[in-house]
Amino acid sequence: MRKLILAAALAAAAGPAGAADLTVKLTNLTQGIYFTPFLVAAHGGSTDLFEPGQAASQSLKQVAECGDLSGVEADLTAAGADLAKDPAGGTLAPGASATATITSGSGNDRLSLVAMMLPTNDGFVGLDSQAVPASKGTYTYYLNGWDAGSEANNELLATGGCSVGVAGIPADPGGAAGSGGSGVTTAENNTMIHIHRGNLGDTNASGGPSDLDSTLHRWQNPVLRVDVTVQ
Amino acid sequence: MGIRTRILGIAGLAALTALAAAGCGQNRGASSVRYQVTVANLTNAQPLTPPAAVLHRSGYQGWTEGETATTGLEELAEGGATAAFLAEARGNDAVVEAEAADTGVAPGTAVTLTLEGERRPGLRLTVASMLAATNDGFTGAAGWDLASLAVSGSRTALVKAWDAGTEANSETAATVPALGGTGFDAGRTSAVDRVTVHPGVVTAADGLTASGLAEAHRFIGPVARITVTRVR
Repeated sequence: MRKLILAAALAAAAGPAGAADLTVKLTNLTQGIYFTPFLVAAHGGSTDLFEPGQAASQSLKQVAECGDLSGVEADLTAAGADLAKDPAGGTLAPGASATATITSGSGNDRLSLVAMMLPTNDGFVGLDSQAVPASKGTYTYYLNGWDAGSEANNELLATGGCSVGVAGIPADPGGAAGSGGSGVTTAENNTMIHIHRGNLGDTNASGGPSDLDSTLHRWQNPVLRVDVTVQ
Repeated sequence: MGIRTRILGIAGLAALTALAAAGCGQNRGASSVRYQVTVANLTNAQPLTPPAAVLHRSGYQGWTEGETATTGLEELAEGGATAAFLAEARGNDAVVEAEAADTGVAPGTAVTLTLEGERRPGLRLTVASMLAATNDGFTGAAGWDLASLAVSGSRTALVKAWDAGTEANSETAATVPALGGTGFDAGRTSAVDRVTVHPGVVTAADGLTASGLAEAHRFIGPVARITVTRVR
């Protein structure tokens, strides 16, 4: 009898996978890394934006290499997800916060988000299908910097546009990068989604292997704090 | 003599089995457990040596942060050899089973091994594998609680890199197994002499001229993803 009561209480706490109002606060924990506009999504259990150890989808490569959300937005829309796009109104600077609001539909009980890390070649931050707690409250998650595995980390600023598969960093929003680097590498050892090894950088603004600044553009994990409030 | 020993052995086993059956009120077949342990390498270019996995109770610890590594852990963390680490585990009464995978885990790949044994209260999981392009770096799981894991339940976590603290992080090619160097050498020591979180590798690309490592070997934790699934 006691077991039955406990089971009933648990079922009530878990609730049906119904609608929920969520706020998702994003805080940049780095000293010198910017995030491109975020896509935040509530979706069902059969949708997956990325899987560590597996190859990145073309849509994810667009995010990680160029900060382009169009592919993942189309994928998630087709899967019936509820979306909040670009809550920061542009890039999210070091130390800055932004808050997204989502009303998740029935069955959309997983939360994912993605954004590119700048300046990197194909670094991104991501939340991977986190189950949304059914009980009201605020839940905090710390996220790592991932490497899409799709582009060699040459650490050279690109001149001109950004194309998937073409090595080069599309932009440095902080304006602290140098130029004239010879390139850190031409190879990508692990071509699957893996933890980013960080920028190497150097202290030569007009040469050296990297266009990045080793005193500013490095990081340790975690790189983003996410506070999810279930209303 | 050989026959008598064997007879005694069978008699002893029968007695133990009877005790076990009396203790839990079930037959032995129904009280066995089996777990699958998968280690996925999430680094860019750090090969992981064949993971060793230990199913145990609270009387065993593979390592403790801040304390000196055992010789078994030292040999694993410096050279990837699992024999001494497994022998230490198997010699501990709290250990149910200890096994090593047949192969290492290249970056971007995963390896699965199976542990099975008698179902006992308070089971835990310890896993250890060397980051082969370091002096004495390793990753793993330190005594994960499996007691609440029902059949077909699983637990997954991203895990960090530790430094065994048994060898100085010179990064010279002669001391790093992935570069063809000698892994375990009892003559090499470190002033640290305790298990810590690994500080990462400096590499020749970042100014350590004696380092045999390249920028590709750099890592930021976590370095691996471990999943344990109870299959029985």
